[in-house]
Amino acid sequence: MVVNCEHVWREISNYLEDDLDATLRSAMEEHFRSCQHCKAVLDGTRNVIRLYGDDRMFELPSGFSRRMERRLTQNTVVHRGTWTGWLVAAAALVLIAGSLRLASSVTPDHPLKSEHAQPGKDIPPDMVVVVTVGAKLFHVPGCDFIHNKDKERTLTAKEALREGYVPCLRCMRKYLNTAGVRRAGTNAENDDETQEEEIQAALR
Amino acid sequence: MSELSIVIDDPSRPGGTREQDLIRRVQRGEKDLFYELVRPYERRVYAAAMAILRNEADAEDTCQEAMLKAFAHIQQFRAEARFSTWLIQITVNEALMRRRRDRTVVMEGMAEHSDEEGNYTPRDFADWREIPSEALERKEVRQRLAEALAALDRKYREVFVLRDMEHLNIQETAEALGISTASVKTRLLRARLMLRDLLASGWERGWFSRLPFEKGSKPW
Repeated sequence: MVVNCEHVWREISNYLEDDLDATLRSAMEEHFRSCQHCKAVLDGTRNVIRLYGDDRMFELPSGFSRRMERRLTQNTVVHRGTWTGWLVAAAALVLIAGSLRLASSVTPDHPLKSEHAQPGKDIPPDMVVVVTVGAKLFHVPGCDFIHNKDKERTLTAKEALREGYVPCLRCMRKYLNTAGVRRAGTNAENDDETQEEEIQAALR
Repeated sequence: MSELSIVIDDPSRPGGTREQDLIRRVQRGEKDLFYELVRPYERRVYAAAMAILRNEADAEDTCQEAMLKAFAHIQQFRAEARFSTWLIQITVNEALMRRRRDRTVVMEGMAEHSDEEGNYTPRDFADWREIPSEALERKEVRQRLAEALAALDRKYREVFVLRDMEHLNIQETAEALGISTASVKTRLLRARLMLRDLLASGWERGWFSRLPFEKGSKPW
């Protein structure tokens, strides 16, 4: 088998990868012995591969490792099982449990804005919620059932409860159902009437 | 045996058993060992992200995201795979996703030649004067090599970096980039020949002229 230069260039990469059948391989070896040009291409290509394959070619921007370590540590490492770690964790649990109890026992300072409303149960007191002016419900931010979105106000669940807002039936569903009904004696207002009808239906 | 086997099959694999031990411990919950596990591969992971994104800040952020993803999926890592390859594949995937999100980089693709099936004819036939590996100790040499690499079209650069710098095999390179093994081979050939030409013309422009060569090695 005899190969010409074009054929050699096409296969030179495979030659270096040893990805050729024996016949072609020996034909190319024969060609390299007689063709100075192709030998130069072969030597150069092999040199290119060796140079770029060297670990010294990899350079990192300064501070890369430090930033990587910090990011990984921040996001992956939690306190390990030392006794102080457990103590911290236990203390945190007590605090969380306490604040949850506190939250669930929060009595609105104001009467509930709707007579059908449920005040919700075990809503995390520091949960960020959204209310709008003139409405009676508080929502998880982004809830599709927020009226007057341009008049949104963000506050914590604890504050919303204190101001007499009640949880939205749609987005706060998991905090409903189990709470007792508190009737505040005010008349149902017009806003949010659809949801309140649903609350009423659910309570029947 | 392949002429390249020494180069290709011998990437730095820092302590096989130690690495396996670290992986097992991280998988069992010793999370603070994770950075130690990936640290030997930072450079390679960064090079892979740079090959795709060509922007230092994006590449660095992508590396961090990719390592966090690797951490989140560490339970899925199988001992029979190479950990370095696994990390690089996650990084490439992350970088490709970022590039798809980033419209500005897409512009680059428009300037690319699409005739990858066409044959590439080497331009420079002067006898090749070997650049010794020791030359890589010099910053300007590394700089020249990096510039030549950056001059390649994206599709050639990506394949070359994954195969010849990251030492993924042809199949792994194809999977990482979502292309066929035939495309990998075609692009790889072209990338290698183009780099050789670029570096050969660099010779003529005196890029490497101050390198310490042995007497008598002047081939032309």
